Amino acid sequence: MSPLRIPRRRSCYDPRMPERPRVYKSPALVLRQRKLGDADKILTLYTASEGKIDVVAKGVRKTKSRLAGHVEPLTQATFLLAKGKSLDIVTQVETIESFQGVRDDLDRLSRGLYCAELLDRFTEPHEPSFPLYRLLLDTLRRVARGSDVDTPVRFYEMALLHALGYRPELDVCVACRRALEPLTNYWSAAAGGAVCRQCRMGADAARSLSVNGLKLLRLLLHGRFDDVARVSIAPPLADELERAMREYVRWVLERDVRSAGFIDTVRQRRPARARAPQAPT
Amino acid sequence: MNEATTSAAAPVARLIDEFHKLPGIGPKSAQRLTYHLLRIPPEDALALAQAIIELKERTVLCSVCQNVTEDDPCAICRDDSRDRSMICVIEEPLDILAVERTRAFHGLYHVLHGVISPMDGIGPDDLKVNELLARLRGGAVHEVIMATNPNLEGEATSMYISRLLTPLGVRVTRLARGLPMGSDLEYADDVTLSRALENRQDV
Ligand SMILES: [Zn+2]
Ligand SMILES: [Zn+2]
Repeated sequence: MSPLRIPRRRSCYDPRMPERPRVYKSPALVLRQRKLGDADKILTLYTASEGKIDVVAKGVRKTKSRLAGHVEPLTQATFLLAKGKSLDIVTQVETIESFQGVRDDLDRLSRGLYCAELLDRFTEPHEPSFPLYRLLLDTLRRVARGSDVDTPVRFYEMALLHALGYRPELDVCVACRRALEPLTNYWSAAAGGAVCRQCRMGADAARSLSVNGLKLLRLLLHGRFDDVARVSIAPPLADELERAMREYVRWVLERDVRSAGFIDTVRQRRPARARAPQAPT
Repeated sequence: MNEATTSAAAPVARLIDEFHKLPGIGPKSAQRLTYHLLRIPPEDALALAQAIIELKERTVLCSVCQNVTEDDPCAICRDDSRDRSMICVIEEPLDILAVERTRAFHGLYHVLHGVISPMDGIGPDDLKVNELLARLRGGAVHEVIMATNPNLEGEATSMYISRLLTPLGVRVTRLARGLPMGSDLEYADDVTLSRALENRQDV
């Protein structure tokens, strides 16, 4: 249950130490961006060294900008940043990985944006965690390549919750603490996990949790991604897992994750000829 | 109300707040504009107020292309010399000016009034997408050119609309990749934009 949050680096704690350099460099994942003024953008980055930060990218909406192609959301890039008065400013940036596979496919793109939004919502600025950086990076690679775009997202949600100290209870009933039997159990985000049949009324657990659903949630929590990826998950089970995890995430965040709606929209419009997106060869 | 406005007289503070809501106007600019209006002759200030009122009262969205217009349908949609088999889909009314400047496109337009932005909770239902679908039902349109901005949200919008239109048998094309990623169509020079139009690709 130990959160992976690493305490903020205090480089200016010792008065003999120099202030943080005026210009610094870090690899970062671009989580999102918004327009600023006529031609600038504010980027939300998850940097490897500083955690989540907002930075200004000047002139990136002009067609001659050297920065523009490197600061789109879902890009991993090396940023050279200059300390600014309120927000730091991008001085140079070079793409490391652009996840073209995610960008070129609506199904993958919707999942990628959801994952980026989750990291943004779950983290506070200036709390670096390399494991979280790595987790999003690995997830985007999985979403870019895999034939199943949802399993990497489920694994990511569970890993994120675990890392931040919100892991759901999957071994015993959260109400009576008795071991869960291999029968249909229930799911309550508010209570913090699985609930047994006897306790479901008291725990207000309306959603049922199938035996396979519970097994897979446990595998998501304790297994490696490769273990989960080997399991073939039929659509009804995938739906069950998605609903359970979304409910849990919403409960922890105390708000909706907006890009989840886009996943649903895209899924409704999936062309009949391609029920599952093709893995790039 | 922010701290800069608390000491100002109520009408002054109110206008500062209104300016501050506008895109690209920070608290300092909002104050500067407000105090500027305090100093100018009353008739100049009233002319501005009147212009804002007329902007809202005398413009409508064209019922065909959703462009902002005084007369419905707009001048472009009424123009008989335009090619009615082609529709160029753009994000904002200003983008029509950018494409018209190239003189390379003679079809009609469709203004989406925004772009799909999943993290801001803006989906296809918040845009003029259904209006576009309705225009295609007659079967007179053979090609839809997606001219959304070459950035992640523009591409997502373009992919989503092409997913909707392809089953209808309409050819959907996208501006060529000549436009740099991340830039706004508004800022594209005429040569680059007309080249991107000429070399458009099937989605
Ligand atoms: Zn129980
Ligand atoms: Zn019109």
